[in-house]
Amino acid sequence: MAKRKDFSVTRLPGFATIALTAFVALYLPIVTLVVYSFNGSETVAIWGGFSLRWYGIAWDNTQVQEATLRSLIIAASAAGIATTVATMAALATTRTGRFKGETLIYVMINQPLMVPEIVTAVALLIVFAAVKVATGYTGLGYLILAHAAFCIPFAYLPIRARLEGMDLSLEIAASDLYATPWQTFRRVTLPLMMPGVIAGAMLAFVISLDDVIITEFVKSAGQDTLPTYMLGQLRRAVTPEVNAISTALLGLTVLMLTAFFILTRTRD
Amino acid sequence: MASQAEEIAEAARVRRNWLLSAPALTVLALGALGPLMVVLIYSFLEPGDYSGVRWNFSLDGWFQIFFQRDIFDDTVGLADAHLRIFWRSVKLSLLTTLTTFVFGFPTAWFIATQPRGRRALWLFLITIPFWTNLLIRTFAIMEVIRNQGLLNSALMALGLIEQPLQIMYTDTAVLIGMTYVYLPLMVLPLYASIDRFDFTLIEAAYDLYASRWRVLRRIVLPIVKPGIIAGSILVFVPSLGAYVTPRVLGGGKNMMIGNFIDLQFGQGRNWPLGSALSMLLLLIVGAALLAYVRVSNREGPHG
Repeated sequence: MAKRKDFSVTRLPGFATIALTAFVALYLPIVTLVVYSFNGSETVAIWGGFSLRWYGIAWDNTQVQEATLRSLIIAASAAGIATTVATMAALATTRTGRFKGETLIYVMINQPLMVPEIVTAVALLIVFAAVKVATGYTGLGYLILAHAAFCIPFAYLPIRARLEGMDLSLEIAASDLYATPWQTFRRVTLPLMMPGVIAGAMLAFVISLDDVIITEFVKSAGQDTLPTYMLGQLRRAVTPEVNAISTALLGLTVLMLTAFFILTRTRD
Repeated sequence: MASQAEEIAEAARVRRNWLLSAPALTVLALGALGPLMVVLIYSFLEPGDYSGVRWNFSLDGWFQIFFQRDIFDDTVGLADAHLRIFWRSVKLSLLTTLTTFVFGFPTAWFIATQPRGRRALWLFLITIPFWTNLLIRTFAIMEVIRNQGLLNSALMALGLIEQPLQIMYTDTAVLIGMTYVYLPLMVLPLYASIDRFDFTLIEAAYDLYASRWRVLRRIVLPIVKPGIIAGSILVFVPSLGAYVTPRVLGGGKNMMIGNFIDLQFGQGRNWPLGSALSMLLLLIVGAALLAYVRVSNREGPHG
């Protein structure tokens, strides 16, 4: 019986080993990528000591600078638009009781989560190419519109979750005290739902920043964002520069996600 | 009558909710839904000379998905090249689902059986890669499997192989990449269903002299089945529509449906065929998601 002393009903043989292997396999490639971004040597293959050289090279590359700026402009605009419209939609679809067409609105808002991105990408390519010819406008507006659309569900879901967790008594109290609907919203509802709104905005920002496929199809010539620039670089050879950019982008994402988790954890 | 006033109030409420939703729906209509409708229409048109479409109704786009007409004698045969790409897509997506399950089930089990306080951390560790840029993760796995990469260097240093294994630009590379990229999508729903699992059932089974294998097969698997189905669909759907991973790891030759659609709008210059393929992909994905909704509804409100 001594052999079965540590017998536990929850243990299955080999499971812990496979699980830990999975965790290692999940992180090893990312860690390798990060480590090699600090590689001082000329190529990715040989380790040439710790150095920030490739960060410097990426930083000085005007194409990277422009792509970074463009990525940030698009992500900020798209997240701003998506969060605003998603907040309004969330106010309409939560806490008001069911109404006619609610399910339809819900399905439409979540549609970008369901349609394969490549399908939306070619759809936008077809339509925007025609609009570009017809109007002559080839600016960032197309990318911002496309990004805003697929960011909406990512902004909407945390806001909705926050609203569903809020109770109505404070707002009822405010209107009992003769606050106008606008005052009630501005002074009571909005401050209470703010953590959800910020979380939604951050998620939308990260999703926009990371997008490859739709951007690749919608962008006009010379409108590379960081991810499409990296994809383009890959056609030639992998340079440690791409590792450096990836690591920087990775750092930003992890930072924002950690903040997101802290913000949304407030439900007791 | 009070009911008339109620009706007016109800109508005002519905109008208010639709007005509040209108901006979001407008952005979605312009930036996603409207263009998807255009693709549907284009799939029923004739291809233009260089690209684009001619506005004549035609079912050729849909027909060409599966069949081809011989140029010389006009006989109809199966479009082998297309069917090969479909088969590869379906095969790789199913294999991805299987491998993510083989690694994902023990992982989800491991997390769910950790002490309560530590589970959040393990889950966070699963979610971080999930939210990390897909392209970066694909790069990362490329660093591991390419000829001078981590895997080959390690195997050669150990003297197990003399020549680097050519993994990049093969179906295996795409499979490894997709498994890596979509593993969190399998773990999360599996965890959700194992977490609600009543472990006293296992205890009871052991008390009744069931073997471990029997416990796993007769008790655990049937109860966590909804989680397995959910995870499988969540992995299968994006695998089937994958574009970046097969493009980066598979190279030009190992196309999947996503890359094949891209080709029709680029070099292929057959927009109706590309549109029909897009709609077909959408139909398959829609069917899979519908199955998912039905399963999660059956599972109860928590699903």
